[in-house]
Amino acid sequence: MAECDFEKPILELEQKIEELAGLANPSLRDEISAMRAQLLSLRKKVYSKLDPWQKTLVARHGRRPHTMDFVRQLMVDFTELHGDRRFADDPAILAGFAHFRSRPVALVGHQKGRQTKEKIRCNFGMPRPEGYRKALRIMQMAEKFGRPVLCFIDTPGAYPGIDAEERGQAEAIATNLREMARLRVPVIVTVIGEGGSGGALAIGVGNRINILEFAIYSVISPEGCASILWRDAAKAPEMARALRLTAPELKELDVVDEIVAEPPGAAHSDPAATISAVGDLLETQVESLMALDASALVEDRYQRFRRMGRFTEVI
Amino acid sequence: MAWFRKAKKPKTANLSRASNVPAGLWVKCVGCGEIIYRQEVVRREWVCPKCGYHFSISARQRLEALLDPGSFEEFDAALASVDPLHFRDKKTYRDRLVQYQEKTGMGDALVSAAGTLEGEALIACAMEYGFMGGSMGSVVGEKITRATERCLKERTPLVVISTSGGARMQEGALSLMQMAKISAGLARLHEAAIPFFSILADPTTGGVTASYAMLGDVNIAEPQALIGFAGPRVIEQTIRQTLPEGFQRSEYLLEHGMIDLIVERRDIRDVLARLLRLLWRSQRAC
Repeated sequence: MAECDFEKPILELEQKIEELAGLANPSLRDEISAMRAQLLSLRKKVYSKLDPWQKTLVARHGRRPHTMDFVRQLMVDFTELHGDRRFADDPAILAGFAHFRSRPVALVGHQKGRQTKEKIRCNFGMPRPEGYRKALRIMQMAEKFGRPVLCFIDTPGAYPGIDAEERGQAEAIATNLREMARLRVPVIVTVIGEGGSGGALAIGVGNRINILEFAIYSVISPEGCASILWRDAAKAPEMARALRLTAPELKELDVVDEIVAEPPGAAHSDPAATISAVGDLLETQVESLMALDASALVEDRYQRFRRMGRFTEVI
Repeated sequence: MAWFRKAKKPKTANLSRASNVPAGLWVKCVGCGEIIYRQEVVRREWVCPKCGYHFSISARQRLEALLDPGSFEEFDAALASVDPLHFRDKKTYRDRLVQYQEKTGMGDALVSAAGTLEGEALIACAMEYGFMGGSMGSVVGEKITRATERCLKERTPLVVISTSGGARMQEGALSLMQMAKISAGLARLHEAAIPFFSILADPTTGGVTASYAMLGDVNIAEPQALIGFAGPRVIEQTIRQTLPEGFQRSEYLLEHGMIDLIVERRDIRDVLARLLRLLWRSQRAC
């Protein structure tokens, strides 16, 4: 993965502050607090003018909060459930039930993994068909027991491998799209990092679609797009601009409903604040959607996607 | 000015009929390399009489072959793509659209038609591979969704013939969302017990396979068609191995349980008519 070069001055200043604080010298206290203020304004400055490619790198940042971090902070009694009952359990999808702000919910999310071993186990957040089938099983169970579904999107895409193809990657995604449209409980989707194409959308058919400020959502990765259209992956930054994959652009295209602001320095500089902001939004959304009856929810979700797209009609 | 410069550009062949159908009296088969008399290939709906290779044909040709003669009635033909992203790579998306509209004489990569099949009312959509690789953007998404809505209203079965490289990159996330939009329309047909038949032609990949093309009550593939989620090149790059012979071809998908039937092009009409009798005709109130 490419480095976040724009973060360098921030990291250097952070390190300096840490060193000075480590000296435990009371006479440095004023200096340290001045540097902390400087750090804050530096973060604000750097993160207020990121270009789409830099935002892509932030969305993939190694320390960015993952689905499991949201679960740990927002959920009580999380009970993970495993397996698609057909072939296997896919660790790239995390699914289960929990209490969210004293309300029982189902949750489904991509899981990328943090350490190397965990990343490999989670296949870097790229699900195989069994992952999508597990997700659907849990969502349909939520429907059966009248629980709202919270989805967290964070994947480079569905896994493109021989085994995934032979077990029907396309069929698994397609079935999720159709069946999620029919769920008779509220479905709220939040893009927390990378929204990679069909592999993201397969758990993304919701009544509300939220996105974090520096998350991305795209039909193809900038690298994939560059290699197809230019046969040159070095054009990725340019394609990141062309694809309009950033949160404000997606809002303008009416692909997402709400943007959750990230703290100065992005989600990874203060995961707790980021996660609790998402929690607050989810709470109000769950509250308002639970007021709708089942058929109104299905109709609401249909209309949410029905209006997607731009075209002309000359008669 | 150089004296040898040509005053006019040389004329290029008119490719409006179809994407890989060659012109002339004789045709070289893409599959086996045989030189075949053109009339014979035409008679077999562009299937090689020697090896059974299915040439790519246009959306209109597909629909005309499928529906009863004279019943073909196109609708939603006025929908055309815009350039919501102001997308530009080597060319602007706007220029590409104009280029393909001129080449194919179509507004975008899909034709919707109402018609009958052995007298049975039907809505049928066919994708045009010659239009930007049959890619699915807002127009394709809107037209199929409208087709599902019309089927629901008129209680008619739906047939979609797919041949596509997948979602259209030039419309970004809007293309991606068409997968969900169409699938939501198909969910309504599913609940209303109106049949949807998906026909997959070579090639059908990406977001088209991962949405409506795989959602048929019955999925029918033409022989030897490439069908998959990820394209073979992407898979090879990911796993750094060459792929097994026949991987992602119709026969492979049938073996792995992803499609119901492999049907030669000229038999599709008969098979669909039979399926309509078996699944649909008796279900309606007489």
